[in-house]
Amino acid sequence: MSSLPGAFARIKAEKALPFDELPLLDGEGLAAAMREAIREGSRVVSYFGIPRPDGLTELVSVMAGDTTNALGAARARVKDAFPSIARDCPETQLFEREIAEQCGLASEGHPWFKPVRYRRSWTGRDAWGRDPSLPILPGVGDFYRVEGEEVHEVAVGPVHAGIIEPGHFRFQCHGEEVFHLEIALGYQHRGVEEALRGGPDSRTIRIIETIAGDTTIGHTSAYCQALEALAGAKRSPRTDTIRAIALELERLANHTGDLGAIAGDTGYLPTSSFCGRIRGDFLNMTAVLAGNRFGRGLLRPGGVAFDIGDAERDELLKRLAAAESDVTNAIELMWNSSSVMARLEDTGRLSKDEAIELGLVGPAARATGLARDVRHDHPSGIYRFAQIPVATFDSGDVYARANVRWLELGRSIAFIRDRLSALPAGSLGAPTGPLAPRSFVVTLAEGWRGEICHVAITDEKGDFERYKVVDPSFHNWPGLARALRGQEISDFPLCNKSFNLSYCGHDL
Amino acid sequence: MIDTIVRFLLLLAFPPIMLGIVNRVKSVFAGRKGPPILQTWRDIAKLARKGLVVSSTTTWVFLAGPAVSLATVLIAGSLVPYGPFRSPFGFTGDVILFAYLFGLARFFTTSAALDTGSAFEGMGASREVTFAFLTEPALFLALLTLARLSGSLDLNGILLGPAGGFSSATAAPLVLVALALGIVVLAECSRIPVDDPNTHLELTMIHEVMVLDHSGPLFGVITWAASIKFFVLSTILLHVLLPMSSGNAAIDWLIFVAGLVAVSVGVGVIESIMARFRMRRVPWFLTGALLCSGSAFVLLVR
Repeated sequence: MSSLPGAFARIKAEKALPFDELPLLDGEGLAAAMREAIREGSRVVSYFGIPRPDGLTELVSVMAGDTTNALGAARARVKDAFPSIARDCPETQLFEREIAEQCGLASEGHPWFKPVRYRRSWTGRDAWGRDPSLPILPGVGDFYRVEGEEVHEVAVGPVHAGIIEPGHFRFQCHGEEVFHLEIALGYQHRGVEEALRGGPDSRTIRIIETIAGDTTIGHTSAYCQALEALAGAKRSPRTDTIRAIALELERLANHTGDLGAIAGDTGYLPTSSFCGRIRGDFLNMTAVLAGNRFGRGLLRPGGVAFDIGDAERDELLKRLAAAESDVTNAIELMWNSSSVMARLEDTGRLSKDEAIELGLVGPAARATGLARDVRHDHPSGIYRFAQIPVATFDSGDVYARANVRWLELGRSIAFIRDRLSALPAGSLGAPTGPLAPRSFVVTLAEGWRGEICHVAITDEKGDFERYKVVDPSFHNWPGLARALRGQEISDFPLCNKSFNLSYCGHDL
Repeated sequence: MIDTIVRFLLLLAFPPIMLGIVNRVKSVFAGRKGPPILQTWRDIAKLARKGLVVSSTTTWVFLAGPAVSLATVLIAGSLVPYGPFRSPFGFTGDVILFAYLFGLARFFTTSAALDTGSAFEGMGASREVTFAFLTEPALFLALLTLARLSGSLDLNGILLGPAGGFSSATAAPLVLVALALGIVVLAECSRIPVDDPNTHLELTMIHEVMVLDHSGPLFGVITWAASIKFFVLSTILLHVLLPMSSGNAAIDWLIFVAGLVAVSVGVGVIESIMARFRMRRVPWFLTGALLCSGSAFVLLVR
């Protein structure tokens, strides 16, 4: 059982509360409470800093105990440094580095204290004491090295051969075997959290929709829920249903694309080509809903912008049936091809313990047998009434990650079909009013990559003082690095595809 | 005379078309229309018109790589008989020259790769020579088996077989030799399941990663030379699979070209219906080729 120590205030997702009601600890106290929570089976959902004008930094920690559906939050005020617990709780290491980089605080005792995105801090202080007159370049700095006569280093990126986002991968290899992989990101940093400060304004929703372009619905759901909670707006069941249908369509499109890409990386052409086309079919279904293949413009704070009429419903059901049979054929082809299975099985294995230790989320966590799914553990909207069974598999390899996606495809299709055939009545909602001042709200959504967490904190006027976004990729990149240990370097692209993490979602 | 002219026209012009056929077959399996059959020729023509980027860290070895590989495959291609048509250049022991021409090409290709000093290309070169360590003896033993069967020591004699054709008593070693040669074709021409010629993932490549730094005309030469290698090895395979002669030159040429098309289609089908092996498994597959041709030889000398 996962339980939260008393130092954390019990909160509910999508329920705003005055920020001052969060328990205030000192740096040591917060670290001790987080360490205890993690030992008791909870995990970090979000952990970030808010620089205050008086020079202090307020650290806010949001933790989840999934088996008890509990969410908790606590805060601490620190001055120049805060204690690191990453040595005992590896899942916090990237969060601590992020706080250090954004707020210019030293993370004391951090085992691998490096920048995350290679940016200047918001406060003018620098945790690494770098010269303010010199530029900070992503990926420049020390990397973990394995020394030895026969060890060699392979550096890949930031410019890749495929049309993908930039990231730098440093392999320490012994022949074909990978001893260690270190991933340096930050090339895609656009300043999302900085741009959201002082909002919401007319730009805010556009920024949210493009935090990770392939997860438009996921991030926009979390954002809309945050605004609705802060404004005290109620949504109709019809709105919730349309949002859930859009979220599942996004999952269908991306899971199909991923399965095709996994087949493509093994050189198995038929599934790769078919899935490329079927992914387009699912995207086009989102276009039937919203007029946009990625669902931009569909979700708006307070409701949805487009209704599903009878014509759209019939059209969607028809297309869903066709796409379901196509995707089943394409994926069965891959499962029945022993040469593909030989590549997927036992490649990039992660154990359940490693997944817990690293705090993985989404299909990557579920592929190790960990039943971790926001739709089940912290449901909101229509998911409170219409459950989707959590799809897990236990081998933790590339095959498991592919198979979890395949299981989720079937469940999402069934879910959409059920929701479409019983669309509740209700209004599409109205724009939200002003936001509650000095308030705090956490919202969660299960995007196709995993848990999306947004935390909004408003100032005296009800504007965002801090808007914290945690994309599932932020939790999962270290999982990819770990999965590569002891693997062949030639299997890296396949492992990478099986995680398919977002660079821009991480870099913000 | 006409036969010799046809030989050289085929050797120069047909190989890229074979790659076009492979790609077209793969497209059909994937439900796509696919590129034109002549696309590889178009690519070579496009590359020939492009500029050339040569890293300042490289030496003449970098330029010699593509030149030597083209020269060696052209010489190798002129040594082998095509269908029933004998090579005009055959001499006793040319089989040794033939085998070492591939070795020479490999030496220069891998040297050119190492010359760039890139970690990728070194990785590719290491993979290339590791796998060649298994395919070269497989090819050698296959040729040796055929030499033993035909009692000849020049390629014309070895590949055209004994005067009355191979006897049915030698079917078992011939099947093994055909299997070994089939695997050698796939491995040497960097096809699936050994290598993936279409991938853009440099970490998984074997052959392609060695030539990442070659551009423009040099890369065109590499593409052309690779296709000629495919043509030459397919020709050898055809001598075992399709050892027939009608006596009519025109029909024989047609049979020969049809055979090449059939090999290309076969390679395309294999690439479409199976995935690549994991890198660690590739040596097992190649050892299979070595065991096939080795067993064929043992069957004959017992």
